[in-house]
Amino acid sequence: MAAAAFYDLDGTLVRTNLVHAFAFSARNQQGILRSITKTAATMLSVPLFLATDFFNRRLFNDIFFIRYKGESEDRLRALSDELFDTVLRPSIFPGAYELIDKSRQLGLRQVLVTGALDLTVGPLAKHLKIDDYVTNRLEFVDGYATGRLLPPMMASATKASWMRIYAEKEKLNLSDCYGYSDSMSDLPMLSVVGHPTAVNPDIRLRNTAMQHDWPILDLR
Amino acid sequence: MRERAPKVLRGPVPRNKEDDQVVYIDGDSAPRILFSGEDLLLEDLPIGTRVIYPKPPIEGLANPGAAIRYALNHPLEADPLYAQLAPGMRVTIAVDDISVPLPPMATPDIRQTIIEILLEMLDANGVDDVHIIVATCLHRRMTEPEMRRMVGPKIHEAFYPDRYYCNDVEDPDGFVHLGTTEHKEVVNIHRRAVESDLVIYVNINFVPMDGGHKSVTIGLGDYEVTRPHHEPTTMRSSGYMDPKHSTMNTKIERQGAIVQQHLNVFHIETVLNNRMFAGPTAFLSKNEDEFTEIDRLKFEAMRWSLGKLPAGAKRKLFQAIPSQYQLIAVHAGKTEPVHAKTLVRCFEQYAVHVRGQADILICGVPFISPYNVNSILNPILVQTMGLGYFHNMFRGKPVLKKGGVMILTHPVYDEFDHVQHPSYIEFFNRILPETRDAMVMHRKYEEEFAKNPSYIEMYRRGNAYHGVHPFNMWYWGEHGRQHVGKVIVAGAQNAHVPKILGWERAESLSEAIAMAKSAVGPSPEITMMHHPPIVMADME
Repeated sequence: MAAAAFYDLDGTLVRTNLVHAFAFSARNQQGILRSITKTAATMLSVPLFLATDFFNRRLFNDIFFIRYKGESEDRLRALSDELFDTVLRPSIFPGAYELIDKSRQLGLRQVLVTGALDLTVGPLAKHLKIDDYVTNRLEFVDGYATGRLLPPMMASATKASWMRIYAEKEKLNLSDCYGYSDSMSDLPMLSVVGHPTAVNPDIRLRNTAMQHDWPILDLR
Repeated sequence: MRERAPKVLRGPVPRNKEDDQVVYIDGDSAPRILFSGEDLLLEDLPIGTRVIYPKPPIEGLANPGAAIRYALNHPLEADPLYAQLAPGMRVTIAVDDISVPLPPMATPDIRQTIIEILLEMLDANGVDDVHIIVATCLHRRMTEPEMRRMVGPKIHEAFYPDRYYCNDVEDPDGFVHLGTTEHKEVVNIHRRAVESDLVIYVNINFVPMDGGHKSVTIGLGDYEVTRPHHEPTTMRSSGYMDPKHSTMNTKIERQGAIVQQHLNVFHIETVLNNRMFAGPTAFLSKNEDEFTEIDRLKFEAMRWSLGKLPAGAKRKLFQAIPSQYQLIAVHAGKTEPVHAKTLVRCFEQYAVHVRGQADILICGVPFISPYNVNSILNPILVQTMGLGYFHNMFRGKPVLKKGGVMILTHPVYDEFDHVQHPSYIEFFNRILPETRDAMVMHRKYEEEFAKNPSYIEMYRRGNAYHGVHPFNMWYWGEHGRQHVGKVIVAGAQNAHVPKILGWERAESLSEAIAMAKSAVGPSPEITMMHHPPIVMADME
């Protein structure tokens, strides 16, 4: 039976996170004043983002994605290539290429399971030669973001349940699959595969990985 | 320890005069000290038990530097090193890793002494394209402080990390295929070594399995090079501490012949004495019957202190005490003649003449093995020490009779080092509960572990042993597993680890001996190998 390697993205394969992507968009608003205002607001919100992310990823998503409200879809799409070139590509951990390469050599399908936005992930997935990916998607009405996400919201348990469905659909044996993440919020995702690995883990995931005897990788 | 006056060895005149290092327990004998991980046990052994002690250290060479220079200038079946050097040459110096000697020796490490002399000579001859490669193969990458300690700060600062690094078997462009033997044994060697005009290998021959063609062929080889012999059939077929009769050695020599066709290797081999314990811990090498009052006090103080410390602190304490080994031989030149001379000296230090096999073999398992320097001796490595190293410390035939009982003293705690031994954890918890059959695990699971991307990354970027290493360590015990009828681990602090390893458990050594007697009969021949330091039985 076939198997796959499921990767979280932010903090696992790349140094950046959702806030970096948003900050890039904030910096590139139409008009300098608007750019400054949005950038300053983003920076001031960083402690709030950190706190909510630490305690509850879903709450973080609710608070964070509302910042996209009013953004034009066209503009976000237009910026995505530049975002990849200037922000994401330089942030890919050196070990990420090799991890994916070794994993591909094993015949594993390469799948990204990330809470990042589809607009930002596409070019990166192509660059890393990822076979499949699932992301969060902004809701747009009349070409403008509403600040809400389309369901299902990719975070915590939703990632795991998406992986189960995906495995069933693609006839993958989850016991033979590999999972990689840096964050405690991805514990469900790591728990459904036979080969979980903590990558550049935060302290909580590191402790959990130690308790469960999972490998701990540092790709930085 | 019992209160009694210090005495010299006496008691029943040895029934068979074997060697001064072979002692028989009588009614007046002192209890014996055994390692049990990081603890020291003091045990009364049954009367008639034969205790085999290591030989006292051969006196070290008075001037190691001069001896090394002499060896370089008077090599065996090769031109003197200086005569082989020319300006503009590309030279690779390869060195054994931290797995030898044990524990790491007091600085300056003998490798530092040799490399300093080599670099001086290379510099004097206009050779400046020099790399130093630690021949780690599937062993873990050494940490920077460990590498610094091994060669000294001066060399480290000049060469690390660009010109002083560890062999990385997972480097996709790092190896050159040199050929395949007539038995289909692959020979892939580190690219830098292959592309060098001269490879100088600096070896420490800690056990007779080390050195010779194994140094370059395995140390600078990749996983494929190890596969023909690091597998159960080879390991099952013979012991591996007696190179003349070792199937593994035969295979490595065939691979080595190919290496020799392609590489210009100048081999430097050293032999150290077995002065593992010196100063305040010197009593650990002594016959307990010859303890002085001071020795007794030191032992009691040490045992009391160890009893007060948690396991981790004891481990750190033991590993922090460097060994005081001294150089007793150094030879240089062509691999085979150099190694032949090395082995003679090696056996001179380690081999003790022993007559007759035992029904029960007792070994105290210490805190360290070649594979857990600055780390934990996990259950797989306890197995390697018992059924691998201790069982194989013989020439001729094993100390234990076929089907006999091996008693090991160790707590066999269920502890693993997540940094150094990640794949061991999965091996122990997933593979061993399913099968202990080396053939089955070799066929079914070895490749999966060898190619696990996480383990590869942890090996390359961290300080982890290669994913396949726990398999090798299990195979290491294969000859012992086929030979020994039963293993009893005395002092095991849990029931599940011995069960997973396929061993029996006893609370104490006396209980273990009673259990062993029920398997081999009421009047068994009992032998205790007084490791460490290293002792090998030269079986008659």
